[in-house]
Amino acid sequence: MATNQTHSKPSLFQLVLLVAALLLVTVVTVPAAEAPDTITLNVLAELYEPVVFDHAMHADVAECAICHHQTTGQPEAGSRCVRCHSGNETNASVACRDCHVAEPFSADYMRSKEVDSERYHIDMPGLKGAYHLSCLGCHTEMGAPTGCQECHARTAAGDETFRADAQAPTGGNSH
Amino acid sequence: MSKISRRRFLAASVAGGAAITLAPTKKALAATFEGYSEGMGVLVDLTRCVGCRSCEAACNKEQKLPTPDLPFDDPAVFDQTFHGGTQKRRTTEKAYTVVNRYEPKDGSQPVYRKIQCNHCNEPACLTSCFVNAYTKTREGAVVYNSKVCVGCRNCMVACPFNVPAYSYSSAFNPMIKKCIFCHETRLKQGLPPACVAGCPQEALTFGHRNSLIKIARERMRHQPGRYIDHIYGEKEVGGTAWIYLSAVPFEEVGFDTTLQKEPILSNVKDFLSTVPMVLAIWPALFSGFHLLAKHKENHAGDDHQNIDEEAHK
Repeated sequence: MATNQTHSKPSLFQLVLLVAALLLVTVVTVPAAEAPDTITLNVLAELYEPVVFDHAMHADVAECAICHHQTTGQPEAGSRCVRCHSGNETNASVACRDCHVAEPFSADYMRSKEVDSERYHIDMPGLKGAYHLSCLGCHTEMGAPTGCQECHARTAAGDETFRADAQAPTGGNSH
Repeated sequence: MSKISRRRFLAASVAGGAAITLAPTKKALAATFEGYSEGMGVLVDLTRCVGCRSCEAACNKEQKLPTPDLPFDDPAVFDQTFHGGTQKRRTTEKAYTVVNRYEPKDGSQPVYRKIQCNHCNEPACLTSCFVNAYTKTREGAVVYNSKVCVGCRNCMVACPFNVPAYSYSSAFNPMIKKCIFCHETRLKQGLPPACVAGCPQEALTFGHRNSLIKIARERMRHQPGRYIDHIYGEKEVGGTAWIYLSAVPFEEVGFDTTLQKEPILSNVKDFLSTVPMVLAIWPALFSGFHLLAKHKENHAGDDHQNIDEEAHK
């Protein structure tokens, strides 16, 4: 603010410098904003604590398209996809939740799928399914952790649901 | 009394008999019920299940079932066997759904399979129940009214999947217990059952049964070689609301693959539909025979004369 007051009439050269500096900042910051180091997955957190997903680490070990399909500009491995998603175009959004809905079995969502006779993706998993199918499939293949609580700690509500209070039977079995 | 000649009477009897024989066949064909068109179901994809038992935990909570013997995250239950090791866990009065682990013959990864009521299109339990406790709802659930259940356990014998359990622990008011598709608390409100909502892997897909069969075929088409070319429950015992996809032969993961394609009811429907006709026609038929025989005894000479006269006409 103070500089603006003292230099009320900046020269053309100064303006060009400013614009160049702004452009430089934009070029540097946009990819950083697009690919965050960590992502907190908390949309579904109820029985488990939110997951702080180390995106940077996973981006190092896997191609973007493994999880993001063709949305990041990389072609997906499946040749079927390019029939419609041609040209490796980047999408406006790459977030899982933009396509994979949190409530895949809500009456409204199911109806919208059924009335749309043109729809190709009739078997798209919901958000929770997409996360787990993608994560757990890869973790199993790569020998990474696969236990529920190795990725997300259980909440008190989770302990209650899983009946952590249940004890091993002292007497005979009920069967 | 107008006289009926023996020939006319026999001709009418033969025609009636033919009608009886033909009628049930037509009736049975027309009466095969393939489920309500708006009926809901669940597609179970065995290749997706990881055996986390979240579905069991969700069911226990939703149905307010008693505390289990072991917590739902204890994998020791997969090693439990009964009846000398021949029987894995089954549904009980305390657990309307259970997940069992199977080791496929080809030595690949273990396969987990969820068991619960399959909610048949034409349920054998419903047919076997003489107090009409069971109902197949328009939403696709097979529910029961425990207030009228007399505890005969016919349904336990009739069920081709051995699902209904009995509350043997209750001394004074024992009754049948089984999965009801969360009908009262969720399905009627358009919500998926608690087990489906709790499944992290979307191994359970909820939807209209008709749509689920399309989805199942789509999965087979998109991933050639991944699945056995069979949707278990599409045709078995007339079709079930819960249908299954598997990568290993169904008989290796505890499914009964010898079940008939027709509803269990079809085995007795033809026979049962003849009962009212037999009751209505046989008394008249045999009374007629009896009267004719009596008539012959009383007027033996007259009858011969009449027949001779008719034959010459």
